[in-house]
Order: sequence, then structure tokens, then C-alpha cells
Amino acid sequence: MVVQTPNGFNLDDTGQRIVVDPVTRIEGHMRCEVNVDDEGYIRNAVSTGTMWRGLEVILKGRDPRDAWAFTERICGVCTGTHALTSVRAVEDALGITIPDNANSIRNIMQLNLQIHDHIVHFYHLHALDWVNPINALRADPKATSELQQAVSPSHPLSSPGYFRDVQNRLKQFVESGQLGLFKNGYWDNPAYLLPPEADLMATTHYLEALDLQKEVVKVHTIFGGKNPHPNWLVGGVPCPINVHSTGAVGAINMERLNLVSSIIDKCREFNQNVYLPDVVAIGGFYKNWLYGGGLSSQACLAYGDIPEHPNDFSPEQLYLPRGAIINGDLTTVHDVDVRDPEQIQEFVDHSWYEYAEKGKGLHPWDGETEAKFELGPNLKGTRTNIKQIDEGAKYSWIKAPRWKGHAMEVGPLARYIVGYAKGHEDISDQVNGLLRTMDLPVEALFSTLGRTAARALESEYCGRLQKHFFDKLITNIKNGDESTANVAKWDPKTWPTEAKGVGMTEAPRGALGHWVKIKDGRIENYQCVVPTTWNGSPRDSQGNIGAFEASLMNTKMERPEEPVEILRTLHSFDPCLACSTHVMSPDGDELTTVKVR
Amino acid sequence: MTDNVLILGIGNVLWADEGFGVRCVERMAQSWKLPPAVKILDGGTQGLYLLPFLEEADTLVVFDAVDYGLAPGTLKIVEGDEVPRFMGAKKMSLHQTGFQDVIATAQLMGYCPKTLLLIGCQPEELEDYGGGLRDVVAAQIEPAIEVALTKLAQMGIVAEPGETKSDLLADASIMHQAYEAGRPSEHDACRIGDDRFFPVAE
Repeated sequence: MVVQTPNGFNLDDTGQRIVVDPVTRIEGHMRCEVNVDDEGYIRNAVSTGTMWRGLEVILKGRDPRDAWAFTERICGVCTGTHALTSVRAVEDALGITIPDNANSIRNIMQLNLQIHDHIVHFYHLHALDWVNPINALRADPKATSELQQAVSPSHPLSSPGYFRDVQNRLKQFVESGQLGLFKNGYWDNPAYLLPPEADLMATTHYLEALDLQKEVVKVHTIFGGKNPHPNWLVGGVPCPINVHSTGAVGAINMERLNLVSSIIDKCREFNQNVYLPDVVAIGGFYKNWLYGGGLSSQACLAYGDIPEHPNDFSPEQLYLPRGAIINGDLTTVHDVDVRDPEQIQEFVDHSWYEYAEKGKGLHPWDGETEAKFELGPNLKGTRTNIKQIDEGAKYSWIKAPRWKGHAMEVGPLARYIVGYAKGHEDISDQVNGLLRTMDLPVEALFSTLGRTAARALESEYCGRLQKHFFDKLITNIKNGDESTANVAKWDPKTWPTEAKGVGMTEAPRGALGHWVKIKDGRIENYQCVVPTTWNGSPRDSQGNIGAFEASLMNTKMERPEEPVEILRTLHSFDPCLACSTHVMSPDGDELTTVKVR
Repeated sequence: MTDNVLILGIGNVLWADEGFGVRCVERMAQSWKLPPAVKILDGGTQGLYLLPFLEEADTLVVFDAVDYGLAPGTLKIVEGDEVPRFMGAKKMSLHQTGFQDVIATAQLMGYCPKTLLLIGCQPEELEDYGGGLRDVVAAQIEPAIEVALTKLAQMGIVAEPGETKSDLLADASIMHQAYEAGRPSEHDACRIGDDRFFPVAE
């Protein structure tokens, strides 16, 4: 049966059903089912969050000053950004202001996370959807060297000997039977289009990126005291500054600041010489693969982040833009108010929750998290072994957040489209430059590769911003301002009996918000709406499909039994999860299984 | 020269017995004074972030909850080449980040520690978001630490009763006692899991 959704998609659930199903538990564990028609086009997509994620309720009754430490453990990847969102929410509730240095250090940390996450995403989680490391074994090192020099003349690692060494190392690794990291690919699928030399170049950068990311995380260790799971503080940052010390434990001195500075420079070099040229080079071979746009051409949302001044989140003060685009109208960027009960609402008509009042959307401050697990009548399989979910009923642990009733895409592409539509100078320059270089129209942005490219541009932009805030921090310190925390309201006796607040960030994956209510010094209600909640949302009461679902629609699969295309597009969102894909034939038999990362 | 040893606990403390590894390193640091060549780290839910620590280490001792399909609370010790296999085998890796991939990556880059020791405990309950360690698993913390101490002793490294100060452990608010004491009741906080999607040992 073909059904048209209010947000403009024709859903046809008659064809072969393909199921993507998870095995591990990371933020927003997801399963995805699609129907494919006779010609291999996806005509229906169903995204299911499969894990109860009750962080909200386990924070009840705890000290709000500790919430960051719990929220940091939600997720295996973007740990610090939850902590930052949490301290912002609590500060907002209690009217706590932070000093300028704390704002700079938090921005440096948050930007560092963006850069680290984007680089790791591209090279270690996403590249293998486009790059074939096995094919790299057939490359001619000399031709690879020529390609490298053509693509990025300023990158020093480009000699034929260098590529030969890497190729040998790769060969040994593969021959030792430890295909390990590369074991899940469909290396002979016709969807892979790179020549062996481009595969070798990109695989070599996979290794270079691994070495780099090891350095990048040191910034978190320096400012957060430890990594993984750095320390945060309501009222500022937990690291004192003492530039006159030489080795004081925990204090920030010049030696450490110099290390931060050198890491910032290294990342900028990598973005400039490796990451961006790779995206252009690899993207060039896939210019005709413009699937996966989904909601990006019609409904994008960004909260904005990276404030120039502490305690000022007004949109014109944010380097990463805030705004909402709806109905595909890029000429109007709406302002977003995360406090307005009419703007952001979560629906649970197709989610395994129950509200006191059915069919209603609730603003996160008034959010309810009561589980109600029930399966629809058209389910195939059993309760403990679901072959095919019934999307007509409740089918996800993810709620369906909507902005003024619209399903929205969040993430780097949404941020860049909002920024572009707003005429944000830096972002527009980057986007126009890239489109010119690649000889593509602006519509090419609305695609899987657009998402991948936006992330690379953002990594480059974040590097510049990081430098800006580093310089600002140094100037402040030179002027004698070493303050990093405001503890005037640390004591709960100074707090009002009841308070509520909201914290916003732009996580690498998109708009992240925590809403907190505090009563008698303890957390009364806590709600997180994470990027995967937006992107992975199920249908709502009106039947609008979510961003993951929309992005898979009308994609052509080369071989339905090898869902490379599904992986490409889902990976382009950098979903914070690992899944396993089961491909089902029309009668529900499993054809193949792959672990999706 | 003394070998550098990394003692690493991994897992998610928010997920009942998944927190075993992190609780082990926490307790070990509270009750033993380790020499400077031994680094003790709460790896939490992180993956690639752990690479720099692996690079520095000659010996890696990992505490983790591992589903071996044994009776709950059973300790199983795996060494050397077997470690990645056990951590990576289908339906065996319980924590979030694919630690087997971290080891594979370290191997690819040529900086995997020479000596590997996995001290795994069979969990009883994982489908309890916000819950704590079950008694049968908590009871294995001390024996698991004993295994690590024996390994250290074999290498000529002596730990004395006392305490190890480390910046690399969890924030006080999420340490075992504080976490348990502050937990809302099951009535207030639904803690069900979803067994349909969770790997069960065969």
C-alpha cells in the first residue's frame, strides 16, 4: 500500500524487507527496516530505537552538581559534550555565571571534541563505506605518490617509498588473518568506485588520522584533568591556571598551554592538507551518487553553540549558527527558543512510552518517561525475536521530537544549511568554495555526501575557532586574569527552593539539549533530547517520518543482499551506535548478516 | 628497566554488572599502593581514546564484564593472543565501544602492549539501566584484584596495602558507594531493559 506522509514521502511497504538490527549499546541503539522494490529502490523505511535509555529517571533525587558525571556516561563517543550540556543546564537553572576563561576553555574543549569526532568519523567509521582497503593492495605506490601530490601538494608524506611501506604494512596485517578492522566490508560490491591508488591514499590517511587523534585527545586531558571522561564543574572549569608554576599537579601552566597550541596547529594542518583534499578527491569519484538527502532539503534545526562571550547565548553571539528551516524554504530562517513549550515537543504515539494525556506533545521540562512496551498486530516474528516490526503501532524506544510539529534533521549538515541560509560569512565562503572546486550545484548539499562534506568543512572551521579562543585565553592570562570558576553559588543554601534550566550545545552529531528541574537542592526532573532522538525519531501522530527514515527513501541498492548504500547513509549521520544488519528476503528468511559500525 | 603496566577497567557503570571493570580498578586503587610504573585507569565507555594509554604500556591488564556463557559471577582469565578473540567474539563483548577494535587498531599501528591479560567476570544482570552490581558479581571484585596482583608479583612488581592516588579514576559522585547510595528506587525509576536486542550467550 502506498501512503503519502504529510512531510512529502510516498511510503510503499510491499517490496522486499531489509532489516538493520543492533548488537551493542551506544546512545540511541537503532534498528532499521526498509522495503525495496523490484528495481532495488528503497520505498519504505522504519527506524527503531531498541534500547531503553532511562538516564532521565536515574538522575532523580541526585545532586544537580553531579549530573554531568552521569550524563558523561550515556554515550561511548561524545562524552564531554553531554557533560557541558549538563553544567550549562544547571547553571541556567540556578543563575550561575561563568568567567571568561571558563568560556574559552569550554569552547576549546567542545571544538576539540568536534574536530576529533569528525576526523575519527570520516576515517575510521565512514571512509570504508567509500574506500576499499583491500583494493589498495593492488595500487602502484608511484602512481599513488603522484595522486597525493596532485590532490594536496603541501602534504609532506607523499613519496613512493612511504606508500610502499604502508602498503606492505597493510599486506602483513591482512595476511596475518587479522582482517579485524576491515572484515565487514563488501569489497567486491560494484558500489565501490575508487581506483586502487585512491584507495591506498585514503587508507594511508586512515593510519595517519589514528596517530593524530591520539594527540588531539590530550587537550581534554589537559583541561579536564583526565581522559576518557574528563572532569567538569558547575560554575566554570575544574582546572586552575597558574602560569608561573612548572609542574604543579592539575594546574594549567605555560608548558601545557604550549602543548595545546601545538595540537591545535597540527589539527589545522591535517584538516587543510589531508581531510578536506580527501573529501574532495573521494567525493569526486562519487559525484553521481547523490542519494540520502532526506529531510535536509526541507527541515533543519540547530541550537547553535560556541558563544563568544560567557553567559550570552543570543544567536548573533554564537559561532555555530542557531535556527530552523521548514518546508524547504531557505529564504526564511526561524529563531529557535528551547524554552518555549510550543516549539520543541516530544510525541510518543509510535514510541514505547505512555503520557498521562494521549496524543499530546510534551515540552522536555514537562517531559514524562513512563515506559509502555507493546507491539502492533502486524508484527512478524515473536516478542523476543522480531522479524519485522509493525510501524503502524508503537515501534521505537526513541520519542519523536518535533519543532513546531515538524520532523527535523540535526547535525553538521543541518548546521551548515542553517548557516548558509542565514548568510553566515565563514560558512557561506566554505560552502561556495567547495561547490566551485567540485563543480556542483547547491542542491548537491542535500545528500549523504553533503553530510560528509559539511563535517569536513566544520572540522576546518572549528580549528580556526579553536585558535581564536586559545589566543583569547592567553591574552586574558597575560592581563592577569586567571579566574576559571565562579563558586559563589556552589552551596545549595544559596539556591531557590525550585528552579528550572536548559543547557544547549551542538554535539558533533547535532543539536543536544538537557532540561532540568531542581527542587530542594535535588534533581526533580531531567530530560535529554539527544541528536539521535531527532534524527532517529519514529513517525509522529501525523505520520511524518524522521530524518534517518527520510534519508533512506528512494535510494537505489546495487545488491539488496549487500546493504552498502544503507550503511553509507546511516553512517553519514555518525549515528552513535553499532548495529548488525540482517537482510531478509520477502518471506522473512535471513540472507546475510553484517555488523554495522 | 621496569615494564610499564596499564591496569584498565572498562564498561558502563550505569548498566548493572556492566560496571564490573570500572569498579575493580576503583577498589584496587582504594586498597593497594601501586608503584609508579603501574598506571590504573577508568576506561569507562570509551574506545579510541584509550589508544595513547595502550601505546605507553608494555603490559595490559583489563577488567571487564564478559559473557562467556558461564554461571553468573564466574571469573575467567584469558591471556595473550586469546584476549582479542574473547573480547571480539560474537555475543561476548558486552561493553559499548568494541574494545577488540581498540586492540586491533593498536596492533595495526604497532603499539599494542606485548603482554595482555583479561580478567573477565560473567555478569548476572545487564538489563537494569541505573542499577548497580549484583551481589554475585560484586563478590568477584576482590578475587579479580587478586589475579591482577598475582600477575604483577610474577613480574616482580610489589603492591602494598594502602592507596593509589590517580587522576585517571571516576569522579567521586559516580564512585560505587555514592552511586549506590543515590540511586532512586525501582519504583521511581523504571529500569527495565530490552532483551530482544541484547546478545545472549549460546
